[in-house]
Amino acid sequence: MNMMQAADIKEAVRQFIFSSIRLPDLGDDDNLFESGIVNSLFAVQLMTFVEKTFGIQVESDDLDIENFKSLNATTGFVMRKNGHGGR
Amino acid sequence: MEFKKVAVVGAGTIGIGVVTDLVLHGLSAVVVDLSADILKRAQAEVLHNVRVAPLLSKSLPRVTRDEASQRMALTTRLEDVASCDFVIENVTEDWEIKKPVYEQLERVVPPEVCFGANTSCLSITRIASVTRRPANVVGVHLMNPVHLMPTVEVIRGLHTSDSAVDTLVKLLSRLDKEAITVQDLPGFVSNRISHLFMNEAAFVLQDNLASAEQIDQIFKKCFGHKMGPLETADLIGLDTVMRSLDVLYDSFQDPKYRCCPLLRKLVHAGHLGRKTGRGFHAYPNA
Repeated sequence: MNMMQAADIKEAVRQFIFSSIRLPDLGDDDNLFESGIVNSLFAVQLMTFVEKTFGIQVESDDLDIENFKSLNATTGFVMRKNGHGGR
Repeated sequence: MEFKKVAVVGAGTIGIGVVTDLVLHGLSAVVVDLSADILKRAQAEVLHNVRVAPLLSKSLPRVTRDEASQRMALTTRLEDVASCDFVIENVTEDWEIKKPVYEQLERVVPPEVCFGANTSCLSITRIASVTRRPANVVGVHLMNPVHLMPTVEVIRGLHTSDSAVDTLVKLLSRLDKEAITVQDLPGFVSNRISHLFMNEAAFVLQDNLASAEQIDQIFKKCFGHKMGPLETADLIGLDTVMRSLDVLYDSFQDPKYRCCPLLRKLVHAGHLGRKTGRGFHAYPNA
């Protein structure tokens, strides 16, 4: 799983979001929560998906909506947790 | 008044939310339900809620799993709430279930302790009538998810004393919640109105006037609501919404509260909303 590239991670996250909510489109930086696309409870579903799919442990300090607010933010978070560079 | 220990009777959706809120705010809870299995599930859910709380709200206190566990005592014996400073009752919204719970609570809890009746529709005056402490029975309509909702509808029954209302308001303030205190008639303010919205939205869907998505989008995009009526019903649980409508219909004998057949059909099909993965909307990843 560590070998996954950003594009693969982003695609998996995109598929998860589209399987959860009906959306015509979603830009890489569209803020899921501020735009009202989903309510904040969806962040928990997204976090659970990320943990299960990418085999990472979301720690207490990671529990920030900023890490899950968009496709790019979630992908960047997974990459960092897998040791692929800093912020 | 200091709240050392609060009894939470009924560990369903709202009861779990109440326990989550109590332990997040450093209070201890004695949690009562019918079986060890129910309590075990409730405990797991509370611990999950506590863990993910920072993701949902920056203002909620951060509490470790161990701290949360230590603040929860689980029991199937109602007698174990005898030493609590306040009782919040959240059992199923059904008079035949609530009534014996209050009769039993009356026997085991000292008379000076207040009962907070967490009900979405039943009259607080009626609930108080089966106790010998009607002045110390006060309605507390907590909204779901309890630990994320800053405001609570507090209901003053006909005999509810000022001091019982004050005690509850203090407890709510300890949970960083504001109270709006109203008088007592079934459904109070919130559900008497909101359930008409949800029920009529179900009728609109049944009549094929619009899709569930469109109905909710109109409320969100045109009215600025955070959630549409069908999403809200899914979050509450369609079984609870149906029961509340039945209580309102029964209480007012007014046909405007008759439950939409589509809503009843979904309940009978086991599509209870978010908690079962399907209601008016589907929640494949819930």
